[in-house]
Amino acid sequence: MTSGMKRGNALIGQPIERVEDLRFLRGRGTFVADVNREGQLHAVIYRSPVAHGLLRSVDAQAALNLPGVHAVITAQDFGADVPVIPLRLQPLPELVPFRQPMLAHDKVRYVGEPIAIIVADTAAIAEDALDLIDADIDALPPITDRAGAELGDVLLFDEHGSNSAIEWNAVRGDAEAAFASADYTRRETFKVQRHAALFMEPRGFVAEWNANEEKLTVWGVAKVAFANRTILADTMALSENQIDMVEVDVGGGFGSRGEFYPEDFLIPFAARHLNRPVKWIEDRREHLLAANHARELECDVEIAATKDGKIIGLRGQSWANIGAYVRTNGSIAPRNAAQFMSGAYAIENIQLTTTSITTNKTPTGTYRGPGRFEGDFVRERLIDLAAKDLGIDPVEMRRRNLVSSDQMPYPLATMTPFESVTELDSGDNHALFDQCLAEFDWSEKVKLQGKLIDGRYHGVSIGCFIEGGAAGPSENARIVLELDGSYTVYLGSAAVGQGIQTIMAQIAGDALEVPFDRVRVLHGSTSHVKSGFGSFHSRSTVMGGSAIVLTAEALKDKIRDAVAPTLGCTPTEVTLDGGNASGPSGGVVSIMEVIGEPIEAEAAFLNKKYTYAYGSVAAHVAVDPKTGQVDVLEIGSTKDVGRMINPLTLNGQSVGSIVQGLGGALLEHLVYDKEGQLLTGTLADYLLPTAGDFPNIHSTVVELKPSPLNPLGAKGAGEGEIIPIGGIIANAVAAALVDFNVEPLELPLSPPNVWRLIETAQKT
Amino acid sequence: MKFPSFEYACPASLADAVALLSEEGDAMVLAGGQSLMPILAFRLAAPRLLVDLKNVPGLDTIKISAEDVRLGARVRWCDIEKHTGLSAAQPLLAEAISHVAHYQIRNRGTVGGSIALADPAAEMPGIAVTCDAEIALTGKLGERVVPAAKFFLGAMETCIQPDEIITEVRLPLWPSDRCWAFKEFARRRGDFALAGVAVFYDVDANGCAANTHIGVIGASDRPCRLGSAEQIINGAFLDATVIEAAAEAASNEIEPMEDHHAPADYRCALVKTLLERALTRAMA
Ligand SMILES: Cc1cc2nc3c(=O)[nH]c(=O)nc-3n(C[C@H](O)[C@H](O)[C@H](O)COP(=O)(O)OP(=O)(O)OC[C@H]3O[C@@H](n4cnc5c(N)ncnc54)[C@H](O)[C@@H]3O)c2cc1C
Repeated sequence: MTSGMKRGNALIGQPIERVEDLRFLRGRGTFVADVNREGQLHAVIYRSPVAHGLLRSVDAQAALNLPGVHAVITAQDFGADVPVIPLRLQPLPELVPFRQPMLAHDKVRYVGEPIAIIVADTAAIAEDALDLIDADIDALPPITDRAGAELGDVLLFDEHGSNSAIEWNAVRGDAEAAFASADYTRRETFKVQRHAALFMEPRGFVAEWNANEEKLTVWGVAKVAFANRTILADTMALSENQIDMVEVDVGGGFGSRGEFYPEDFLIPFAARHLNRPVKWIEDRREHLLAANHARELECDVEIAATKDGKIIGLRGQSWANIGAYVRTNGSIAPRNAAQFMSGAYAIENIQLTTTSITTNKTPTGTYRGPGRFEGDFVRERLIDLAAKDLGIDPVEMRRRNLVSSDQMPYPLATMTPFESVTELDSGDNHALFDQCLAEFDWSEKVKLQGKLIDGRYHGVSIGCFIEGGAAGPSENARIVLELDGSYTVYLGSAAVGQGIQTIMAQIAGDALEVPFDRVRVLHGSTSHVKSGFGSFHSRSTVMGGSAIVLTAEALKDKIRDAVAPTLGCTPTEVTLDGGNASGPSGGVVSIMEVIGEPIEAEAAFLNKKYTYAYGSVAAHVAVDPKTGQVDVLEIGSTKDVGRMINPLTLNGQSVGSIVQGLGGALLEHLVYDKEGQLLTGTLADYLLPTAGDFPNIHSTVVELKPSPLNPLGAKGAGEGEIIPIGGIIANAVAAALVDFNVEPLELPLSPPNVWRLIETAQKT
Repeated sequence: MKFPSFEYACPASLADAVALLSEEGDAMVLAGGQSLMPILAFRLAAPRLLVDLKNVPGLDTIKISAEDVRLGARVRWCDIEKHTGLSAAQPLLAEAISHVAHYQIRNRGTVGGSIALADPAAEMPGIAVTCDAEIALTGKLGERVVPAAKFFLGAMETCIQPDEIITEVRLPLWPSDRCWAFKEFARRRGDFALAGVAVFYDVDANGCAANTHIGVIGASDRPCRLGSAEQIINGAFLDATVIEAAAEAASNEIEPMEDHHAPADYRCALVKTLLERALTRAMA
């Protein structure tokens, strides 16, 4: 591995305030809605009002007749081949039939599926025209759940012959033998509800076609600008160098924003079609229907253990309700739910399968901790159930099963298809667990377990998680030493709210050995670097940051080469100090005076292995048995990220992640009716955590075991504590309600659901 | 989520406002806009004309007299919250309104808007019904006054005629020694309640409850009184047994709606719990 950066840096590890914030707080951010081009038109999307049906025809005449409407584009405008959204990750041939067309043409498969795009002088006129579109759809019976899908009498994809798209298998050891010999087994069914990343700024695009130069510019990309440029080039029959993807400020992503959606094609297509700039800003109701949903999973999983609480096996079947199509990353959560269900625990024998089931609902994709939130819910619940059955303290049960440092590297279950082998490396689960217990004051709080105080039952729980990060294959950086002696860093990583302008400047400052304010970071847009991968799988800091380290070294070498003759020494003898360089004889020169023009270097950091961050989270809840309300009194987390770049932003990630997890555990639910209509289409119905809901959360981040995989020693840390929250909250509720023998097996733990559990328990 | 196009008028007198509503069959009143703007953006309504009440004089006052308390239609939630006299003159009202919505919405949302909207879970209509309030309306034929109990006809449905404007809500005098409480349950602070109860009673010479009023919101298509529970309380000396019986009666009396927020049996149980807690509180 490349030489590690020296410890004791000036900037890395410092709680530097986000440079982004001043701009945002003053209202000076530029979001896609702030981008306006001369002569631009506005687009709205006509979306399917029914969940399932044969699309016979679309009559747009009345809409076209409306003054101010310029065009109504339907799939017919694409010619014989309607382009589809490709599979960005895990592009398996089995998944090809389930790709989504950019516009529906023969069939509609979910409420909200794009059928036509209307372009008009204003968005209001375009919305007026929506009412005038007449789509002739022969309704088919909708499939909304697993039971309906498995009947098989109604198929989303007739040619495929089944509503099950694919099976994902995670295998380790010999589960059958383990279960046959086990002292103890328990099998339960679990459900995690459909919810979504729900970033605060809805999506949007402005696209402009320059007919003279035959060039396309798209504003509003995020996360994976380079991959999306490739897709756009393919689907619009352009070459990549005809397209500029421009990243502007982004109000959150969480895995969902920035993936290639139909609109990523439709808006540029409309701009070229009309030879006018076209703008589309997603509204909230549209967002709830159109952006990827996530998490909906049913599981039937069994745990096997020895009588002294050593878990020896995990086996079972899960069903991921993936919605109507497999979009860019639609396979990640189902497969992760199987591969990562064992989490931080040494479970030798695993046989877990997830079936991806298509239904007439919005397609699903990744959301912070994809599949891991779901899998951890199942596993953490099973561990507490087993501990209770076996009469073992749940804390002790966990301690006995965590992967220990000397068991590492510890391979996880192997996934097929799209074979993947990965291992837990360089961590100390037990140290983190003990630190979390101590900081949470577990030994005191556990005395409240199951106690009724002022009308509420108290419960505490603790659980452990792993967070994979740093997906490869590479990330690029380019650094330019400018005439004024400042450095401009261009980066393939994308900003989705994680503060990378700040973090990357810290890394660059230390790598270049210059002060923070001498570095300017530009990122995300495709014109900055040759290629790039972007921000997902907790990869930006590790991948982009390491690319900066390598690029800084390359640039420093170039500078040494350039100034060595003037200093009369060899390049290796040159010492760089800010804007100056000196030789062994003591001569000092100004770098810029010698070189006289900007000098730059570009380099890529390559990595195939995932980093793993480890952590524990403890929760204290109080449950009102009459209303079913779960109050979260306190959450404390401890996590090891190997190397901390900025404790302030990292802490923000941790706390935000926990709150987002609490949303999924307690509040958020995308509810559909039997007809496949989404009932929670506003933020008054889809309940997000608000600022005052969970005031008492603290996180500790430590640097126990640096990652051996990159020069920074850093591990991905952007998803983190959300992963175990569903399981931990459910365990705390079970602990609180121990007198009722309530065992929650489904999320969310909404007041009606918790009340129902208590009611049912009391009647039996 | 762009509005359909509409005309906008901002009359300077009540008479002009009523005239505009009468001439224009397809007009709507605009008060705080906190409900009407989303309604327009969702295109659930597309009036030709909006008649803004902001320049109509006299609608924004709170009058406390020896006979009653009068809330002008344009009185906002924050006006009630900040008013120094209301927590003594109408404590149940003041307490209930403290649960309405969020800071920004409270700075614009109005009494008249809430009464006109008639959301089944809204606090103001619930208090109007519980307290035997009267609602004053002015239309092309002049003024009429409707008891709150007759005003609400269903979910988002009232007896307002297209040419009428709510001008005032009149709450009867509140004896200072009255026992009262308000309890509601919402998923998050500021959300519409899944259910809520408002309670008051007076104590007679024998120490027993009299003149009991129990109102409930969020449990059916409109705010209503719970007569069976009131009967149990009236004439009784309040204790845990009486409270339990009244709460049980209340939960049997309501026929709650079932929606994705909560199933009907949950709402029944919730009303029971809330009434128990409210009566216990009122008694204390
Ligand atoms: C996020 C959110 C949360 C909320 N939570 C709550 C809550 O917890 N409890 C609650 O009670 N409310 C809640 N509300 C509703 C809020 O209180 C509204 O402001 C109120 O219901 C309507 O008042 P308005 O002045 O904004 O009316 P507008 O929106 O202006 O009008 C509403 C309707 O009333 C009509 N109207 C208005 N004034 C008159 C009048 N004088 N005469 C005749 N018709 C009239 C209008 O034509 C329209 O149909 C919430 C609203 C939001 C957006």
